[in-house]
Order: sequence, then C-alpha cells, then structure tokens
Amino acid sequence: MSIRARFRLQRAGFMLDVDAQFPLRGITSLFGASGSGKTTLLRCIAGLERTPGSLQVGDEIWQNETTSVPTHRRTLGYVFQEASLFPHLSVRANLEYGYRRIPPAERKVRLEQVVAWLGLNQLIERHDPAQLSGGERQRVAIGRALLTSPRLLLMDEPLSALDTHSKQEILPYLEALHRELEIPVLYVSHALDEVARLADHLLLLQAGQVIACGAPGEILARLDLPTAHFDDAGAVIEATVVQHDERYGLTQLDCGDGIVWVGRIGHPLGSRVRARVLARDVSIALQHAHDTSISNILPARIAEICDEGADKVNVRMTIGASNVLLSRITRRSRDRLDLRAGMAVYAQVKSVALM
Amino acid sequence: MSDSDWLALITTLKLSALTTLVLLILGTPLAWWLARTRSRFAVAIEAAVALPLVLPPTVLGFYMLVALGPHGPVGGLLESVGLQHLAFTFTGLVLASTLYSMPFMVQPLKDAFGGVGQRMTEAAATLRAGAWDRFFSVVLPLSRRGLLTAITLTFAHTVGEFGVVLMVGGNIPGQTRVLSIAIYDHAESMNYAGAHLLAGGLLAASFLMLLAVYALNRRYRVVHP
Repeated sequence: MSIRARFRLQRAGFMLDVDAQFPLRGITSLFGASGSGKTTLLRCIAGLERTPGSLQVGDEIWQNETTSVPTHRRTLGYVFQEASLFPHLSVRANLEYGYRRIPPAERKVRLEQVVAWLGLNQLIERHDPAQLSGGERQRVAIGRALLTSPRLLLMDEPLSALDTHSKQEILPYLEALHRELEIPVLYVSHALDEVARLADHLLLLQAGQVIACGAPGEILARLDLPTAHFDDAGAVIEATVVQHDERYGLTQLDCGDGIVWVGRIGHPLGSRVRARVLARDVSIALQHAHDTSISNILPARIAEICDEGADKVNVRMTIGASNVLLSRITRRSRDRLDLRAGMAVYAQVKSVALM
Repeated sequence: MSDSDWLALITTLKLSALTTLVLLILGTPLAWWLARTRSRFAVAIEAAVALPLVLPPTVLGFYMLVALGPHGPVGGLLESVGLQHLAFTFTGLVLASTLYSMPFMVQPLKDAFGGVGQRMTEAAATLRAGAWDRFFSVVLPLSRRGLLTAITLTFAHTVGEFGVVLMVGGNIPGQTRVLSIAIYDHAESMNYAGAHLLAGGLLAASFLMLLAVYALNRRYRVVHP
C-alpha cells in the first residue's frame, strides 16, 4: 500500500511541483526548510488547498484530473501546528466532534481508548479548552483526530508551537502512535532531531520539489543534500543491545562491525535500537588511540569528503557493511591528516543519542 | 394607552419581528458570502447594502412606493397576475423595512463571520463536517456576539423607522400604523401626554434592549477571547 501524490500549485513567488510515492505505513516525514512547500503539500493531500493534481491513498482515489473528494469525505485526521480546538466546545465535545460524524461501523477507535492512551482523564470534563496548557491542547487535538478512525493521519509540525517540556510530553505518544494504532502518519517537520527520532521514511523538500525520498538513515547520511549542512547534521545508526554494565551504568550496543557504549538504557538484551550520532561529535584518528577518555572508537573507511562552509569539511565513513557515520572536522585537520576517500581510519565518537 | 396605541404597538412588534426574521434568512448567506468572497462585485454589493445608512429614509421610501405601487415593476407584475399591489399594505412595509434595515443585519454578521478564522472551518472539515454542518456547528456559535448584535440592531432599528413607513405604508390602523407614526399623530394633534407615553416607552425599551446586548457581549468576550 502506498500514497501517490502529484501536485502543481503556483503562488506568488512560490511553485509546488511534486510527484512522489511513499509507503502507507509508519511515519513518513515531510522535511524541509520553511518555505520549501512541505505544509502546502500536506494541505494538498488533505484537500484544504485546491490545485490540479492527483492523489491516491492505498486503493482510494482522493483526487484525479476530473474530480476531487472534498476534505470532509477523506478518511484522514489532521493535527495543525496550533491545536485549533473549538473554543465554544468543551474538551469532551471537541473529542467527540469528529467521532459523532463518522458512521458507527467505521469507529475503530473508542473514546475511552483515546482518553486512556493520551492521558486525558483529567482534562475531559474541562469546559474551556483555552484554559489548557499548550501540550494538553495538542494532546486533545491528536485525540480528536484519532477518534475519526483515519486511514491516514496528517500532522503539520505538531510540536513546533510547544516549549521543550511540552515537546517531551508529546513525543512518546507520537512514537507509540503507529506502533499501537497502526495508523500511517505524514509528519511535517523542520527539526532534524524529531525526524531522526520518529520517521520511518523521509521526503526531503526544497523550493517546492521533492529532492530526496527514502529511509532516514540513508538520506541523513548523504553529504549532497541540505540536511548535511544543518548544525545538528548526523547519521542514524541501527544497533542491537548486547550487554548492560551495571557497575558503570552503561549499555553496550553492537552496530554491525563495532561496539558502542552508551548510558544505561532499559531495553532488554537483543532489542534493536536507533541512535543518532551528530557529525560534530565524531572526530577522526589514523590510529586507534588508547590513551583517550573517548571509549567509542570504531574502525571506519572514508567514503566521501565534502567542503562545509569556508573552514570545515563533512566526512562520510562506512562502519562495517551497513552503518554510516558522518564527521565534521576542520579543513586544516583534513589536510594535516591528508584524509582521502578510501582511507581506513578510526572514528572517535564523543556522544551517541539514543532515540 | 388608547386602543389605537395598543394596535400601533402590536403592528410595530409584528413588523419588526417579521423584518428581523426575513433579514436573518436573507442577510446571513449574504454576510457569509461578503466575508469570504474575493469577487470584485463584493465591494459594490457592500456599498449598496450600506446605502440606507446614509440615504434619507424618504428617498428609499419613495422608490419603494413607486416600485410596489400599481404602476411599478413589482406592484404592476402582481396586478397583472391578478394579485394586489403592495403600496400601503403590511407586506409592502415588511419589504421596505427589509431593505431599510439590511445594513444593521449584514454588517455585524459579516464582521463576526470574518472574525471566525479559516483554521476553525478547516479543522471542522478534517473532522468530517460538511459545509452546512461546519456553518451551524462552528461558524454560527463562534459568531454569536455578532449574531446577537445584528438581531437586536435590526429589530430596534425597524421599531424606530418613520420615513420609510410613512412613504410606503401610510397610516392605516392595524395594518401600517406603527408607533413612530402614532407619536407623530399625537404630537400633531397637540396630545403631548400620549406622545410622551409612547416616546418615553420607546426610548426606555430601546435603551434596555441595547443594554442587554452589550452586557451579554461583554460576558461572551471574557469567556471566549
């Protein structure tokens, strides 16, 4: 099952021209700088933006050359950047708004389920949604969308209007979302850490066009894409939990051809985890250093070196067969070590962020 | 109060209620269209709707009299199909009042509709609400202040009209003789006590009506910023 979207939309100073196909499962992230057209694409998919094109979601045709299914007949849920709760309705009435409007036979998600899952018990009897905190409002908005039992959940930067604390409050729900409810999600974001953490599939947009499409691990490891220039650019590695060290409070991960130590995590032995290694946290040595505080040193092979700004370079290295690391070092260091593609080196990893 | 004054009061209330109802039905879609459209004609229509605010009521009343009379386009058409023309009738009065009070319904409603963000209707659409459903479940409730203002102003303004009534309706007891005409009659015939009673009553009633609306709107504002 997949989504096939073709849209052309001309606005003053902006042109969206998209022809993309992506899986109808897991979380697909529409990622790009502001003005890249990611929100516009999402609105086209929702039918909120009328423009010529075609859209097929699984086996349903939502738009083609001649017809366009109106938004309210598309089996989608939409979470806006601001929660956009109805101010004249209570929290319960907001949650039930969409629920009451779908045929009972199509109600796959029940109110109690959503309330329990999103922790809304304390909020549901509140009368004025304006009194809720930002994070609470967004949780109600997510619940409201889920209660329409959507085939596809569209989320337009649902975290960007929230403070760090509220973000941390919502993120676990988003991660659990597609695992527990098996609803595919299209997730618009301009924050690399969110995407690296959540996305199973990535659509990279620039100036109204999709410039790359694929697994986040592959895309974030490429040096020829705008994502490589972010301050928090970095590779995503998949690893297996092999050992817990209770004495030092550490966990050992096996990432193919190397061992990485991270702070103790709760995952059981053998489970797969996803970790993010920022390019700026990786340095390169020609020899395996033993007299260093850095404990994560992996044998690597340089695949590619690209200039980054005036004084830095980005280095892409392969670790074993499947994993990739990025490193951002100064141009001076590159020349001093005479680094070149194909060289065998040691990647010294200062910090690994588990997701 | 004399019997004829009571009759005038009842006629006035009937006229105002009916005019408000007709304008609710006609003015709501018009205001919605004006609030949402990007059409070039909208400006012209808005200006036309606002005309009664600046025209002398007698001007509007005169044209309505001509149009509704036996030789006018509306009255003539009615006569030609065997019906009565509408000059000096209650129906004619309702038609004229509808035009005359239109800006008092349309403008507050248009402002209220314009104040309901597009995001609200979009959110409702993504929650499976069709266009009518969105209007009644989201737009109208969020426009309740404007709606209340529009209804009250329309009603109060129709109660207070004089020039149009005099031109179109004349002064037929039980049909077109409304309070403002009765006051005029009392004053003309030097019955100042009768005029005072009606005028004072009208003043007090109008003030209380507006007071209630503004107080309610102030309360809504607190609940819903």
